[in-house]
Amino acid sequence: MTEAYQALKQEADRRWQTLAQGERSWIRVGTAICGRSVGAVEVIYALQEELRRARPERISAVVSPVGCLGLCYAEPIVDIKLPGGPRVLYRNVSPERVPALVEAALVKGEVLSDLVLGTLDGKIEGVPEMTDLAPWRMQTRVALRNAGHIDPHDILQYIANGGYEALDKALSGMTPQQVAQEVTTSGLRGRGGAFFPTGTKWGFLTGSRGPIKYILCNCEEGDPGAYNDKGILESDPNTVIEGIILAGYATGASNGIVFIRHGNEGPISRTGRAIAQAYEMGLLGKNILGSGFSFDIEVSLVGESYVSGEETALMEAIEGKRAMPRARPPFPAAVGVWGKPSNINNVKTLAYVPEVIRKGGQWFSAIGVNRSKGTAILCLSGHIAHRGMYEVALGITLRDVMEKLGGGIPDGRKVKILQTGGPLGGVLSADKLDTPVDFEAMAAAGAILGSGGIIYGDETVCAVDLTRNLIAFCQFESCGKCFPCRLGMTHLLDIIERIRSGQGRRDDLDLMRRYGETMQAGSMCGHGQLGFNPVRSALTFFMEDFRVHLEEGRCPTGSCQQMVANPTRTRPGPEAYTVIAHPYGARG
Amino acid sequence: MSTQDIATLRQRTQGALEAHRKAARTVTVLSCLLAAHDALGYLPQEAIEEVARSTDHTINDVWGVASFYTNFRFTSPGEHTVEVCWGPTCHLVGAMNVLQAVQEALGLQGEGETADGRISLKYNTCLGACSQAPVIRSDEHVLGGMTPARALALLASLRHKQT
Repeated sequence: MTEAYQALKQEADRRWQTLAQGERSWIRVGTAICGRSVGAVEVIYALQEELRRARPERISAVVSPVGCLGLCYAEPIVDIKLPGGPRVLYRNVSPERVPALVEAALVKGEVLSDLVLGTLDGKIEGVPEMTDLAPWRMQTRVALRNAGHIDPHDILQYIANGGYEALDKALSGMTPQQVAQEVTTSGLRGRGGAFFPTGTKWGFLTGSRGPIKYILCNCEEGDPGAYNDKGILESDPNTVIEGIILAGYATGASNGIVFIRHGNEGPISRTGRAIAQAYEMGLLGKNILGSGFSFDIEVSLVGESYVSGEETALMEAIEGKRAMPRARPPFPAAVGVWGKPSNINNVKTLAYVPEVIRKGGQWFSAIGVNRSKGTAILCLSGHIAHRGMYEVALGITLRDVMEKLGGGIPDGRKVKILQTGGPLGGVLSADKLDTPVDFEAMAAAGAILGSGGIIYGDETVCAVDLTRNLIAFCQFESCGKCFPCRLGMTHLLDIIERIRSGQGRRDDLDLMRRYGETMQAGSMCGHGQLGFNPVRSALTFFMEDFRVHLEEGRCPTGSCQQMVANPTRTRPGPEAYTVIAHPYGARG
Repeated sequence: MSTQDIATLRQRTQGALEAHRKAARTVTVLSCLLAAHDALGYLPQEAIEEVARSTDHTINDVWGVASFYTNFRFTSPGEHTVEVCWGPTCHLVGAMNVLQAVQEALGLQGEGETADGRISLKYNTCLGACSQAPVIRSDEHVLGGMTPARALALLASLRHKQT
C-alpha cells in the first residue's frame, strides 16, 4: 500500500465510521433520475424542513442524497438508520408523508408500517428483511456494489468502501501487463453490446505507440429502455473513474474522456465532481499516489444523436463534428480521437474493472456461465411490476428475470413481447422465456442482450404498432451518411406505417425483407446493419399480427388506432444557405 | 430584429463562449454550440457566426454541426419548453395519450410553439427515466409517471409561472 493511499483511507474510514456508526441518524434518499423524476428532491426538502421544525435537540440526523438502489418502482426511497439500529427502507415516499415518517421513525423510533419496504444490516420484528425480497436476494451487485449506499458526491465514501484500493494495488505492486492479464483472466467482455473480450481490446491499444493515447468511456446511451450507464455514473461515478485510470495504466494511455449526452445533468455533474475530487486527492493528474504514473480525465458532452454512441462517430463528436461513423480501417487503436490511438469502452465494462483487480480475475470469472462471465445489469421497463435496474449473474433465465426479479406482469395480464438490447435489438415472444441471459444464448434465440434493457409488453400490445415505433426511432436517428440506412429506414417506415393503418399491400413483407438485406449488406455501421432487426424479429415471432393487418385491414389489439408522434428534424432557416459572401465564410 | 437586439445576441454569445473557454479543457465547434445554446435557448445566425469566429471555422462548417444534433433549435423558444418522450417504453405505457392531451391543450398538431409564444412542445426519443415512463421534461425537470391529467396540470402551472 502506498503511503498516500493509506492516509486517504484512514481519513475516509474515520468519516465513514462517524456517519454509519455515529450518534446521529443517517437518512439516505435515492436521487438518481428514477428518484428525481418522481419527487425525490422535493422529499429531501420536506425532510430538511421537518427536521428543522421537529426540535433539533430530539432529532439529530444527517440527510444524504444517494444513487439508485435499483428498485425504481419503489422510488422515492428513504433509507433511515437510527444510531445502533439497522437501515430501514421506506418506499414511494411523498413530501406529504414526510411529517408522519419523521414523527414515527425519528421521534418515536418506530417503523411506519404502511410505507416500509424492508431492513438492511439487521432485523426488526415484523418487518421483512431486504435479503428476503426476490428483487434484492437474486442480485449479485459488482458494478452496482455501492449504488444507493453511498453519496456519489463524496469520494471519501467511495474510498471507505474499498474504492481506489485496486488502483493502489496496481500502482504499488503490479506491472501494466499484470493488470491487463488479470482482466483477460476475468473473461470480461464489453458491455456496450458487442461483447468483445476487454483484455484483447486493451491489447490493441497497448501495441500502439504513444506518447498520447486515449481511453474513451462511452455513456452516450441513447437506447430507450436502458439507463444503466447513466445509473452507474449517477450512483457511483468513482468506480468508473477508477476503471478508466486502471485501463490507462494497463495500456499505457495518457488521457481519458467520459462521453455523455448533454442534458443528462445527474451523470454530468456527478462525474465532473468525482473527477475534480480525484484530482484533489492525487488520484488523477501527475504522479498518481506517488507512483510516477500520470493520467488525466475530462468529460466531453455531445448533442442529441443516437449514432454518436457508435465508436467512430463518438470520436467525431468529441472532435466537435457531426457524429457520423468513420470508415474502418484504420481502427481506433491505431488512429482514434484527434488522430491518436484510442480505446472505447462502455461505462459498465469499466465499472467492473476495479473489482476485477481488487479481487482477481479468477473471482470474476467464477460468476456467470459458459463464455458469459460476470453479471448483467438489466433495466426492466414497460409492463412489468418491479421496474428497475438489477445486476444479476449471467445465466439466469428470462423467465426468472420476469417473474421473480420483475414481479411479473401487472393487472393479471400475460406477457406477449419482450424488446431487448435497444431499438436495434429486436423483439422476442413469450415462448423464448426459458432462454438464459447469456450473450450467445440470447443471440441464438433471435435477439441480443445489447446494453441490458428489457421492455415488456403485455397482451394489449400489437407487434405492428411496436415495430412501427422502433423503426420510427431508427429512421429519425439515422445519421444520413450512407444511403442504405438513410433511405432504407425511410422506406421501412413508410411500409410499416401503411401496414399499421390497414393499407398494407400483399408484397409489402417481401419488399421490407429486400430493403433489410440491402441495409445489412451496405451500411457502414451497426445502425443500418442491425436496423432491420426490429422488423425481422417481429416477422419471426408475431406474423399473426402482421397477417391480421394485411388480410383483414384491422389491428388485433386496437393499439394501432392511437395517434403517433411524427418527429421532425429541426432545420436551420433560409439564412443558413445565404452566407457564401459573409466575411467569416472562408476559413481564416 | 433591431440592430440593438443583434448586438445583444452577439454579446451574450461571446460571454457564453468566453466562460466556456475558461471552464473547459477542450473547446470544439460542438462544445461552443452547446454553450451558446444553453445561454440563448436557441442558435440564431449571430451565434453561429460567433462560434465560427471563435473556433476559426467557416460558417458553413458550424451550420453543418448545428443542424446535425436534434437538441439544437434555430428560432427563439417559448418561455417554457415541454418535451414528451415517444420512445418504445413510454409508447407502450401510454405516451401517446399524454401527447394527444398536451397537443390539444396547446392547440398544436406537432412540435412547435403555442400561439401566444409561451410554451414550446418538443418530442424526445429518450429522457433516461424509462423505469418511470411515460416521461415528460418540463424545462430542465424530468417528470415520470405521466398521465393526461397530470400533464394538463403541469401545463396549467407553467402558464401561471413567471420566467
